[in-house]
Amino acid sequence: MRRHLRNLLERGIGVAMLICALLSVATTAGIILTLVGQSVPFFRAVPLGEFFAGRKWAPLFEPPRYGLLPLICGTFLITVGALLVAVPIGVSAALFLSECAPRRLRDVLKPVLEILAGVPSVVYGFFALTFLTPNVIAKLVPSTPIFNAASAAIVVGIMIIPTICSLSDDAFRAVPRSLREAGFALSATRFEVAGRIVLPGAASGVVAAILLAVGRAIGETMAVTIAAGIKPTLTLNPFESVQTMTAFIAEVSEGDVEAGTMASHCLFAVGLVLFAITLGVNLVARWFSRRFREVYE
Amino acid sequence: MTSAAPSISMLYQPRLARRKACNVVFYVTGAAVCAMTVALLATLIGVVLKDGWTFLTVRFVTSFPSRIEPELAGVKPALFGSLCVVLMTGVISVPLGVGAAVYLSEYAGDSRLNRFIQLNIANLAGVPSIVYGLLGLAVFVRWLHLGSSILAGSLTMSLLVLPVIIISAREAIAAVPQSLRQAAYALGATRWQTVRAHVLPSALPGILTGVILSLSRAVGEAAPLLIVGAAAFMLSMPGSQAGGGAWNKLVAIGTDNFAVLPIQIFNWCKEPDVVFQQLAAAGIVVLLAALLAMNSVAVGIRLWHQRKRTW
Repeated sequence: MRRHLRNLLERGIGVAMLICALLSVATTAGIILTLVGQSVPFFRAVPLGEFFAGRKWAPLFEPPRYGLLPLICGTFLITVGALLVAVPIGVSAALFLSECAPRRLRDVLKPVLEILAGVPSVVYGFFALTFLTPNVIAKLVPSTPIFNAASAAIVVGIMIIPTICSLSDDAFRAVPRSLREAGFALSATRFEVAGRIVLPGAASGVVAAILLAVGRAIGETMAVTIAAGIKPTLTLNPFESVQTMTAFIAEVSEGDVEAGTMASHCLFAVGLVLFAITLGVNLVARWFSRRFREVYE
Repeated sequence: MTSAAPSISMLYQPRLARRKACNVVFYVTGAAVCAMTVALLATLIGVVLKDGWTFLTVRFVTSFPSRIEPELAGVKPALFGSLCVVLMTGVISVPLGVGAAVYLSEYAGDSRLNRFIQLNIANLAGVPSIVYGLLGLAVFVRWLHLGSSILAGSLTMSLLVLPVIIISAREAIAAVPQSLRQAAYALGATRWQTVRAHVLPSALPGILTGVILSLSRAVGEAAPLLIVGAAAFMLSMPGSQAGGGAWNKLVAIGTDNFAVLPIQIFNWCKEPDVVFQQLAAAGIVVLLAALLAMNSVAVGIRLWHQRKRTW
């Protein structure tokens, strides 16, 4: 009898754990279902052509204009700017840390990067708005408005440095020692070993790290909303105000959005595009790191 | 090198000086970049402290925000809201996350379902937080009629931190040596007995560290709660109107609207007046202090565990 009960308990606990694990599948399904379901009325009312090719975004005005390009452009501008900041810094710091830095320096820098990664995004927004814009950007380009893409791009870049750095560092460390030693035996300098052996050997890992960081930059909300402004502009000039997809969602939801209104459907439609883009980037990152990985040993 | 035969020395040009110079440049750039990240962090903290200094008093954490008298504003309701959200998020997400991690590493073999769930979790970890906000708005706020409440916010946050908790808990569980499990099975323990009495206690410090780190992410996260509808300004404490027993009070808090620190900071950031910027900076200092406290606990657990560990 007791054994019977125990077996039942065993089975029950196994099932309970499975349900916990399946919850993550349910979350994904929930995200897709709500985003698609809630934006269906939007796509019924707005032709896809206008949505993806329209050059003006003014959904809350009369008459409303639903051209997504300015928002895509804003997101693109911020992401590219962030990469320009983060890729050189992140990859070179990782290369330096894994190839040359003494252990002591590593022990200091790793926590610094962890702290930078842990600082909330509102804080970066504040930093961009009250420090970067008036003290750095306005000095370089005096005509820049208070809300500008450049300051947002820089802080988003700072935010993704830790991602790029620590994932690249992992990739560099996965390159076997014997390859480096072969390089040194041919009297290569540290720089040559780092640049011609370690970096090419870990290239797929570095690219995957950068792509994951791109996903984060595209989805970044608060810093961008605070620093880049809420004016959808179709421009590639970083010294103008822009609005990203995330900033639009944040701006609209600040006022209460009634369920069933066009504003609400519009919110979910933009969310759907955002989700599709980040999912695509993440899947490509995963595929890339698996497809092009150098397998050692 | 010059002593080598002339024909070889013509072919072999080591260009040593140039290569060594390149090497030095590499070292200097690397060191400079590293110094730059440290300087960045220092600047960030310096700016916030300098701006927020005047407001950093006890009164700041014990008073309500005020538009009319910003000099007397404080973060009391926001701090309380953040505390409620993080506690409730922990209560919801920790059992679910640890359960999922135990299933994936102890129960499921290398099945197709297992691999699918893992891929799914990895992808969820890359979904922008604002998308979770939209999910919470549609499901918890509207469909389940929870409204813009602490409960709805915490459920949304739980979904957001679950992938991170699962991933870190799996790592902690994977670090428990196989021999411990084999010893338990050899004595006739069932799978659950092994997990409960050996695997989970051994993995506990690692799990706790991961949980605290992911909850500290939730504390700083504003975007999903903004979508769910957290209040811009709370002029009373959540649930303060409720009377009666402790349970009533708890329910009232859970179903009341709320503000959290990062959103309070966000709102102050948007005000053009300098006073509000100083308030925002002071709020940031409080937020960073809370995060620092949480992280120190996590680091403490990790160090204690490393010293005590026998395997």
